[in-house]
Amino acid sequence: MVGISPQDVVNWLVPGRELFLALHVLGVSCFFYIVARRLVPLVRAQRDPRFDHPLVRLGRVFKFWLGQWKHPRYKFAGTLHILIFTGFILLALRAFTVLIVGVSQNFVMPGLAGRTGEIYDLITDYAATVVFLCMVVAAGRRLIFKPARYSVPAKYGKGQTADAIFLLGLIALLMVADSLFAASRSAGHLQQGQPAEALAAFSMPWVLQRFISSAMSASLRSLNVGAYLVHEIAFYFLLCYRPFGIQFHVETSLFSIYFSKLERGTLKPVRWGVSDELLDQVKSFGVKTFEDFTWKHMLDFYSCADCGRCADNCPANTVGRPLAPRFLTTKARDYVFQHYPVLGKANNSNPLIGNIYSEDEIWSCTTCGACEEECPLLIEYIDKIVDLRRGMIDDGNVPQSLQKPLKALESRGNPYGKIEKKRGDWAKTPEFVQDGKVKVLEGKNGANTLYFVDSITSYDDRMQSIGRATARILSHLGKNFGILGAAERDSGHEVRRFGEEMLFTALRDHNTEAIKASGVQRIVTADPHAFNALKHDYKDVPPVEHISQVLAREVRAGNVRFNDVENKDSVYAYHDPCYLGRHNQVYDDPRDVLDSIPGLNRVEMKRSRDRSFCCGGGGLMLFYEPKEEQRMGVVRVRMAAEAGANVIVTACPFCMVNIEDAIKVAGMEGKMSVIDLTELVDQHMVCEGCPAQTEKLKTATVGG
Amino acid sequence: MEILVCARRVPDTSENEIELNAAGNDIEREEFVYSVNEADNYAVEEALQIRDRVGGNVTVVTVDGEDGEEILRRQLAMGANQAALVSDELFNGSDGKGIATILKAFVEKAHYDLILAGVQADDGAAQVGGMLAAMLDYPFASLVNSITVEDRKLKVSREIEGGNREMNEIDLPCVLSIQTGINEPRYVGMRGIRQVASVPIPALAASDLGVDNGAVGEAAAKVKRVDYFIAAAGKGAEMLHGSREENADRVLELVAAKGGLK
Repeated sequence: MVGISPQDVVNWLVPGRELFLALHVLGVSCFFYIVARRLVPLVRAQRDPRFDHPLVRLGRVFKFWLGQWKHPRYKFAGTLHILIFTGFILLALRAFTVLIVGVSQNFVMPGLAGRTGEIYDLITDYAATVVFLCMVVAAGRRLIFKPARYSVPAKYGKGQTADAIFLLGLIALLMVADSLFAASRSAGHLQQGQPAEALAAFSMPWVLQRFISSAMSASLRSLNVGAYLVHEIAFYFLLCYRPFGIQFHVETSLFSIYFSKLERGTLKPVRWGVSDELLDQVKSFGVKTFEDFTWKHMLDFYSCADCGRCADNCPANTVGRPLAPRFLTTKARDYVFQHYPVLGKANNSNPLIGNIYSEDEIWSCTTCGACEEECPLLIEYIDKIVDLRRGMIDDGNVPQSLQKPLKALESRGNPYGKIEKKRGDWAKTPEFVQDGKVKVLEGKNGANTLYFVDSITSYDDRMQSIGRATARILSHLGKNFGILGAAERDSGHEVRRFGEEMLFTALRDHNTEAIKASGVQRIVTADPHAFNALKHDYKDVPPVEHISQVLAREVRAGNVRFNDVENKDSVYAYHDPCYLGRHNQVYDDPRDVLDSIPGLNRVEMKRSRDRSFCCGGGGLMLFYEPKEEQRMGVVRVRMAAEAGANVIVTACPFCMVNIEDAIKVAGMEGKMSVIDLTELVDQHMVCEGCPAQTEKLKTATVGG
Repeated sequence: MEILVCARRVPDTSENEIELNAAGNDIEREEFVYSVNEADNYAVEEALQIRDRVGGNVTVVTVDGEDGEEILRRQLAMGANQAALVSDELFNGSDGKGIATILKAFVEKAHYDLILAGVQADDGAAQVGGMLAAMLDYPFASLVNSITVEDRKLKVSREIEGGNREMNEIDLPCVLSIQTGINEPRYVGMRGIRQVASVPIPALAASDLGVDNGAVGEAAAKVKRVDYFIAAAGKGAEMLHGSREENADRVLELVAAKGGLK
């Protein structure tokens, strides 16, 4: 079509011109009509301001959309997708050119004339070939290898294999039609002794041209028109069929990624644009009907490609809880397709819980963030889960096992119902006081660092040892620190993530006031949940750090020395707590601290860093009784054993609870133990001039 | 159906550390947090569910000081249509019969088809419901764990020792004492309570109800608390300190010795 002067072209498409024009108009109008109908629920949705930071957002489009950043996390499927995606991007101009040529025979895409055009044609010959081959491989995967993550358990709906094969077939057909069109035209020109288009050697058009080169000119002509017609129909059918299923992501993914959430660890407010003070005037909280979702969350439902990576990494799904993020999305998509049909009236406002979602499904999430970390399209799940929980809380629909701790948090500021004045008692054990007293900050009495302890470390007998280890570390580091003692309340991190926004607000306001009154300039905590709350959910409090960050800095500055590792035969594996790792990207600090202990033998679990596997969840999740086949902690402990470790080091009291229990449940006592980073550091820290460390922990004695 | 639920504010047993006061005749109440008595909460939930099925109104009443309003707000937030606080210094020190007398006067001020009470208060004696029924000359069923409305009758099931149940028919109006576990009470958060913050709760004194002053209060009480004990830990417990396998064997032995295994 290029490289020869237009008047030389024998254009065989002329007879079909009116037909092609009609097909264009029909195809394009159908597509826009369908898309307009798909946008109807988005218009009725809740607001969601996503128009800030255009450059950052564009950068994300380049990285995650054009750059396909997340795809290689699954090597084979990822490579396949990158090939198909690249092929589509390359072929886009060629496809448009072919479409336009049908009605305007001499059309040349601007910028693709002459030499550039020839090169482009050669490249796209290969692109079409590669896409075609990818379709064959993808179909093979679906039909023969059947990766487990594509299967759909009956309770979540029907399988997608037939639809997937149909779509793969359509795309393959499009590629064949495109290649045949190019091949027949080139062959025709060749036969008529005209300058023929060069075809890329060994590409599909090239191979096809060999087959048909000896055909009669008239047959070539029919073949050319036929291939064009098939290409046109397949193209428009695909275009208009995509908004009915997973292929819609071809159109929507760019927008989903552009409008994706920018800040980790945060939660969306109850209603965007409604301040905390005005929350009382909001009639209904959270998501109860489909229209309570924000438009971006609805867009997510359209964009999901159902690749199954979220569910594959979801700990709740792994242990057989009735939740898989993937189906949260596909069920919502089925719902919106059904209730906002392309033809006919929209019928809406049905409650989602009890209809497409079950209560247990929504309570099963630990908000670990593995799904969001994995999603190539940056689809959000935690905000949706929390919004659904807000809706259930608003309707009084809360499991009995959670009502008592919630009530206790309201009256006592901790989920255990323990009295406030005993909150600081962990620092008063006789052996500990011997090592130095922990200041309770009352008024501005001089300490510049606050150690925020939070409920579990304050009240749980076992976790109090983490509190004491942290306090000893801080005083060995010469920090002038104190605690809030009885004035501290639960950080409310899980209260908020379980959807009880008003209770969270009360806890947050109380703590904020107490922190401000203490006059400290910085906050340190050993609890990643408190860390995340203070960092992201609180406003107007001094900067907060996790103890591992403080320690890593001091280690790097050479201010901390460690004795040789006590248990030389132990093999340590670091377990990334979700709210330290994934939600706050603190991966290296704790590892660096561990590696600075001389002689410490550390291995990595297969699932570590941003693929860490949740221990079972913290805060209120400890009170929830999920329906599950096994415990997340048990799965995690087995992973550590598989990595060759016999001591799990963690940096979160909730991980400690779950993993300690899991070791017992798995019957691995004596073979596996768990220790907190602060405890391990406390055991090994060299402290000149310190009083003898009387409460050394000997929990990690395996092999030592 | 007009339903009345009698509820009480009690120290929350799961959120308080119980210690004796200096006099040794009561517990130290200064640091206490209170909540609605658990069984009463189930009674309110049951009333709300019955109302939602057959229509009508749910009223919650409590005999208490000013602080009683706290639990009434919570019950309003749950969905009760109205609440009433019956409060008078003359009522202080009333025994179970005194409380029943006060409630009878309240009931007679209006018309109720069904009166529910919790099976017993956490710090109570499970007597007010039965006495109230007798004073009103209403039929009474205790330990109720399911209610079906049938025209002017109810079908109620009662929990029998050993986990059995019996079904009873009972004519309306009647008094029922509700067992915990009859339903799953809904959650009330701070938001719900705030939403009913401005709903008026009438406070009724002895004179409003026409209660005979001689029948209530400390002077009329025929049952008086003279002492309060916190039970000392018994000697029946045996701690097992062996390894897991040893402990498992020992437990098996002990259970078998007591005839638990056949």
